[in-house]
Amino acid sequence: MQQIINFIIRYQTGLFFWLLFFVAILLTIQANTYHNAKFFSASNSISGWFYKKSAATTAYFKLAEENKILSEENAWLREKFHHLTEKDSIDRVSFSQESEYSFIPARIISNSYRKPSNYLLLNKGEKDGIEADMAIISSRGIVGIVEESSKNYARIISILNTNISINASFQHAPHFGSLVWNSASPYYAQLLDVPRSANIQVGDSIVTGGNSLIFPQGIPIGEVNSFFLDENIGYYQIEVKLFNDMTSLGSVYAIKLHSKEEAIELLENSDE
Amino acid sequence: MNSSLKHSLRFIGLLLLQVLVLDNLLLFGFVNPYLYVLFVILLPLNMGKIQAMSLAFLLGLCVDIFSDTGGVHAAACLVAAYLRPLVLRFSFGINYDYQTLKFYQEGFKERLTYVALIVFVHHLVLFSMEAFQLKLWKFVLTNTLYSFTFTTVLVMLIIALIEKEKK
Repeated sequence: MQQIINFIIRYQTGLFFWLLFFVAILLTIQANTYHNAKFFSASNSISGWFYKKSAATTAYFKLAEENKILSEENAWLREKFHHLTEKDSIDRVSFSQESEYSFIPARIISNSYRKPSNYLLLNKGEKDGIEADMAIISSRGIVGIVEESSKNYARIISILNTNISINASFQHAPHFGSLVWNSASPYYAQLLDVPRSANIQVGDSIVTGGNSLIFPQGIPIGEVNSFFLDENIGYYQIEVKLFNDMTSLGSVYAIKLHSKEEAIELLENSDE
Repeated sequence: MNSSLKHSLRFIGLLLLQVLVLDNLLLFGFVNPYLYVLFVILLPLNMGKIQAMSLAFLLGLCVDIFSDTGGVHAAACLVAAYLRPLVLRFSFGINYDYQTLKFYQEGFKERLTYVALIVFVHHLVLFSMEAFQLKLWKFVLTNTLYSFTFTTVLVMLIIALIEKEKK
């Protein structure tokens, strides 16, 4: 016993160091595990408050850019609306069926895009109906997925995160792939697993696929920048230039799928 | 000013400066300075190892909470604080051993060695933990070198400013 105590006293600095280092590693592993309730995260009220104040101040510097984006979106919506009113009533029926989604406007108050695992902070939380697994998009395209929400804030896993992959497809072709990020540049993501039968051209639009309960089908992602066929595995590797400038995010929308519980229930039943 | 008050203020000041300002400051689009390591550099030279490691760990953890990085910054600060006595001895030599070291009276070269070594250790641990995968070693090395240069220059500038004030 005496020897153990002597040992601890003698090597206290080293032991203390390894203890704290172990704690730090545990926290890091936990933070790198997708979909795990975090012990410490930026959606807590103290850091959330600071980020909110800071975002409220810096928002003024981005007003011009934000205005431009919003007016672009307005123009796009007007165009859509115009097309809708031109078409006959049958299309309107299908349109009303699609409104199983509702959109909640929100703002990104903290952004990161340089790390391998990037997270964003949203200025709305459970109080405003933001829940885990909701999709976050901006007017230009997808941004990420809500991972965790507290009362007033929500933590979003950015598409610029090496831990997630998103089902994506071509806008004008039926081929699917998964969109991942290789952490090289915040302006490009990679689309993998597209079969060799696909006919790809530079400039093709990539949108979200329908095989997801998170993203509605057809949300824009980016366009094909370059691609090559990996002969060994027979799949294309495609470099996608994102429509969104992930380095500068302001207004976004959270998408709520109303029938999600029903769909999840159905999936779970089929597993049994 | 009371020493512990001074260090508490420095702790909070550097933390907020880091997470609210510097994390948004990207030189050439991707180089980010981690100035908060200045806190570890300027801890009292005769402070106990365990106390210094605890404070450094706490500061790192606070930065982690703000930037959602788990324990990456905490580990980096901890290693920097743990190796600090070694680095001090290496940079300042015999003065450190005899406890007669006055940081602001040392030459520029010695101070630069000390700052650069601490910053390098901190950044290397930081980016390795952040990548957390061996295949990203290129990311680790390039980011460490770029950020290291940026941070070291900033730290030296700020130390020079503090020094002017003290004279």
